[in-house]
Amino acid sequence: MSLMLKPGTRLFSAVCSTEMIVVKAPGIPVDLTIGGSAPVLAAADRPSGGAVVPGYDGGAAMGKRYVDADNAIEVLCTKPGDGLPALDGTLLQIKDAKAMPASD
Amino acid sequence: MHLASLVDMVESGFEDRVLLVTADDPVTGRQLGQLARRGASTLRGYDAVVYAGENHPLLPVALLAAACAGVPFVPVNYRLEDAQLNGLIARHANALVLADDKTVERIVGSVTAFDEWLAFPGEAPFNDAPLNEDDVAVVLYTSGTTAEPKAALLRHRHLMAYLLGSVEFGSADEDEAMLVAVPPYHIAGIANMLSNLFAGRRLVYLRSFEPQLWLDTVRAERITNAMVVPTMLSRIVDVVNDTALNDTALNDTALNDTAGVPSLRTLSYGGAKVSERVLIEALRLFPDTGFVNAYGLTETASTIAVLGPEDHRAAVESADPGVRRRLSSAGQVLPTVEIEIRDGIIFLRGEQVAGEYATGSVLDSDGWFCTRDSGWVDAGGYLFIDGRDDDTIIRGGENIAPAEIEQVLLAHLAVAEACVVGPPDDEWGQRIVAVVVLRDGASVTADELRDRVRAELRSSKTPEEIVFRSELPHTETGKLLRRIVLQQLEPPFR
Repeated sequence: MSLMLKPGTRLFSAVCSTEMIVVKAPGIPVDLTIGGSAPVLAAADRPSGGAVVPGYDGGAAMGKRYVDADNAIEVLCTKPGDGLPALDGTLLQIKDAKAMPASD
Repeated sequence: MHLASLVDMVESGFEDRVLLVTADDPVTGRQLGQLARRGASTLRGYDAVVYAGENHPLLPVALLAAACAGVPFVPVNYRLEDAQLNGLIARHANALVLADDKTVERIVGSVTAFDEWLAFPGEAPFNDAPLNEDDVAVVLYTSGTTAEPKAALLRHRHLMAYLLGSVEFGSADEDEAMLVAVPPYHIAGIANMLSNLFAGRRLVYLRSFEPQLWLDTVRAERITNAMVVPTMLSRIVDVVNDTALNDTALNDTALNDTAGVPSLRTLSYGGAKVSERVLIEALRLFPDTGFVNAYGLTETASTIAVLGPEDHRAAVESADPGVRRRLSSAGQVLPTVEIEIRDGIIFLRGEQVAGEYATGSVLDSDGWFCTRDSGWVDAGGYLFIDGRDDDTIIRGGENIAPAEIEQVLLAHLAVAEACVVGPPDDEWGQRIVAVVVLRDGASVTADELRDRVRAELRSSKTPEEIVFRSELPHTETGKLLRRIVLQQLEPPFR
């Protein structure tokens, strides 16, 4: 199932507690999953049952940003959970960010 | 991205974490989100939110409500005199004007007390405002060289680029708390608010700065992070030193040789150049605190260069003068910002660099912003700021245009010529000195001139000193040579 995403779109995993927000998206529908299943766009739409698909587990970490190899899509984890984000079946990778001292 | 996304993120990530503290109740991320959305619903039909007042524990509700409603937040300087304050507010004809209790009666047009606004009786959340990251999020008034306040525009994408580029979402521990002492109409006040909410750090507001209150609040609230302008740092250092002296007088063994704020992990300072004497004193008095110098401008959506705690330590401990000198640098430029020095002037480019006023963008065709600050970068990539390229005096973080003061002086019948300059000052960053030439045969005292400036402008613009001269240096084309005037001042004025 493809989703049309834009910066600011909130994504709720359908199979775990992971929540994401889209930072960057291509202007075309994409096949994005969290925990191996298509996410939903509102907490209320979360189905019951369902489980994280093996291979798409291991834990999304708070505040981390996940990107694809082409840097076409970027999502930020706002609530941690077991399920990891993937594009077209390939896991997104944590984007390296240089830690800055808190300046303000 | 749009700042309204920050509301979503705070609700998602910090549902049960306390982010704001009021006299009555703590406010969690979930509650802050609800307040912002309900606040937004009161903004239907308005095209901006103006805030005139001191800091307030719920100030972020006003900014986030404006973001959710898709209208700019315009914090104005409540310290301006009535006519100027109302003049700025009048530029936003269709705004909801909010003011604190002290300021509300000074405002001429329609105004709502901030505490009353916060009640939002029966308002349903506003979730469907049209939002565009290219819209203006915050309008801040800077006083430029002409002394006519300029409206600097920061769009949502600039502020979000700053947050994403320099803060990791949710990176604060649950026990962390930020003490905000800078006023809401300053870019640092906006940055304090947004960066710490993004990090998930509780915000504690000082209504307005007073050094003993600042120290007491750090201790009482177990503050872990704080930001001050150099004037504040200087006054805090003075208070700690005075206390130490008094304690010593009472009891020789009870020498209080530190500020006594063990909870404080990070103290950042910025907004103007800090005196090295004050900084070295502060490093000694806050031995367990990491110091951070942040350099940035309103037009760059706050910080673009940072001198971190490790840099401070390395500089103080180094025998190499080149490394020691970095203590007075602005540190290294953020990886998300490009810098170029052209003819000694700092140019910046990046997603957070707005470089735009209500009158239009000042970015060049390649997106570069001229800061009008002169500076240079050393071999290690450390940025040094020499000062404003123009003549603006920055006293206590406040930009003061010499021309404005000179006009008042020149209006006095006894005054033939006047030049206002800002020699360096340990406490204020710069002090105001007026060099005056009297008309032949005329006489006036320094106090008379100072009284006149205070009456026409305000005390923070009143020259600390008036120096009388028989003439002022000029170029061949008659332009006043301010640089020479400054150089000719004798200590203690220089």
